[in-house]
Amino acid sequence: MTARTLTFLAALAAAAAAIFFSLNSSSEDIEKARLSLTGSSTIAPLALEIAKRYEAQNEGLRIDVETGGSSRGMADARRGLADIGMVSRRLKAEESDLTAHLLARDGVGIIVHSSNPIEAITGAEVTSIYKRETRNWQALGGPDADIILVHKAEGRSTLEVFLDHFKLDNPSITPDVIVGDNEQGIKTVAANPAGIGYVSIGTAEVAIENGAAIKLIKLDGIEASTATVADGSFPMARELNLVTYGEIPENAASFIAFAQSADVNDLIKGQSFVPPRR
Amino acid sequence: MSRRAADRLFRFSLRSATLAAALALVFVTFFVGYEALPALQAAGAGAFLTDPSWHPASGTFGLMPMVLGSLAVSLLALVLAAPLGLGAALFENFYAPPVLRGLFQRAVELLAGIPSVVYGLWGLVVLVPLIAKHLAAPGTSILAAGLVLAIMILPTMALFSSAALGAIPAEQYRAASALGLSKWTALRTVLLPAAGRGIMTGLFLSFARALGETMAVLMVAGNVPQLPSSLLDPVRTLTANIALEMAYATGAHRHALFFSGFLVMAVTLLLVTLAGRSEKKEARP
Repeated sequence: MTARTLTFLAALAAAAAAIFFSLNSSSEDIEKARLSLTGSSTIAPLALEIAKRYEAQNEGLRIDVETGGSSRGMADARRGLADIGMVSRRLKAEESDLTAHLLARDGVGIIVHSSNPIEAITGAEVTSIYKRETRNWQALGGPDADIILVHKAEGRSTLEVFLDHFKLDNPSITPDVIVGDNEQGIKTVAANPAGIGYVSIGTAEVAIENGAAIKLIKLDGIEASTATVADGSFPMARELNLVTYGEIPENAASFIAFAQSADVNDLIKGQSFVPPRR
Repeated sequence: MSRRAADRLFRFSLRSATLAAALALVFVTFFVGYEALPALQAAGAGAFLTDPSWHPASGTFGLMPMVLGSLAVSLLALVLAAPLGLGAALFENFYAPPVLRGLFQRAVELLAGIPSVVYGLWGLVVLVPLIAKHLAAPGTSILAAGLVLAIMILPTMALFSSAALGAIPAEQYRAASALGLSKWTALRTVLLPAAGRGIMTGLFLSFARALGETMAVLMVAGNVPQLPSSLLDPVRTLTANIALEMAYATGAHRHALFFSGFLVMAVTLLLVTLAGRSEKKEARP
């Protein structure tokens, strides 16, 4: 390596270091009060939106939102690593050392093509369809067409809610199409008259309003709508909670109060969740 | 500033740019490899080959369905796009009237500039329903993905072939004509062999592009991680697998996805190297 190359590399390193430290110092200049949230990746995008709005109203406060799953949210809250944990389900009895603050509800509804005459389905029928025991819509009083199973990719929260509700084992399901997000699920069912799928109810309602060729069908006799999710009567749904451990510090308490107020309803709907009845 | 100082400054900035580009590649490779390593240590490379299915949440990490899926859609795309691209290049260089030539060139370049998600959307709302209606429901399949990819890599194939044909000295064609060869015979026996290596480069790069494409394939391939038995079966590609699951993956699942990314990178690197080699040999007459 020649001396010139060495000088060059040194200059480059110096430049990188200068940039790094200047970035670092500028963020440290202003000392701000901090609030940290960790946990469920389902809740994180919503929490981030709420935090942004809250920060705008409370100058001098900085809120950090990190993901890592509901379990991490609970563990961090217990150990004091985070002020607030995010948990995308109801707390179990043995987790009563934590305090849950209901943020929103997430309902997953069964969708079919809008031309499908079927209006209602039972849990047993859904299970039988996804186990491939029922293969034709005729068995359910529909048209003579092979059912096309639309399923979600692993890791999606709607998949977890679906599998959990119907006690299904994912490797035993052999779908025709696997989709990523709710929008793709809706487009796929809209393009397949014999399709069946499950998506977030909030997203489906918006899509139907905008003319997507799908419909939400009743599950076990209960209408799939944001109203039935909000009052807790729709069966395939879960709670999105903020959890705290022990005494709640002043700034965390007022953030939680804000997150539970009607001021964030639009943000909750924006993430296709349902604001709880307040 | 003296001329000498300006020269040095210029050389310095050029070197910085080159180094930054090279470092980016090294960093990305290192990072992807580093993130993929725990998956290899935990499951062993064999698990990726022999696990019967891809269900990371249940602890099975079989990547073979995705490897085959990627190969199947890319090969189909190449088989469809290669003759079309080569034909387009031949037409442009030897048969098109001069007025048409420029227009045609622009059209091919425009085709290359359309974002892939637009092709995917077209595939989803036009192509997939057509296949579902006339061949087999639900239409999302190897065939749909191969067709969409073929349109996407067609410009790469056409532009590289065209450049290779255009680089042949005009005397060769004139000499062939002077010998009384017909246009087609001259093309087949003189010009195409001369441009062969350039066309090979186009083939390799088209294949690499097809392998790496994500969004469009994600929208039309059906994404079921299974071993396909016909062109109408849905498949999942390695890239679609990453795009579908990365945002929600944690732990071993995440590392396994990085490993599939590492695989795509390795194959792409191999293809680009092959392309580079065939180009280099061409340079030596």
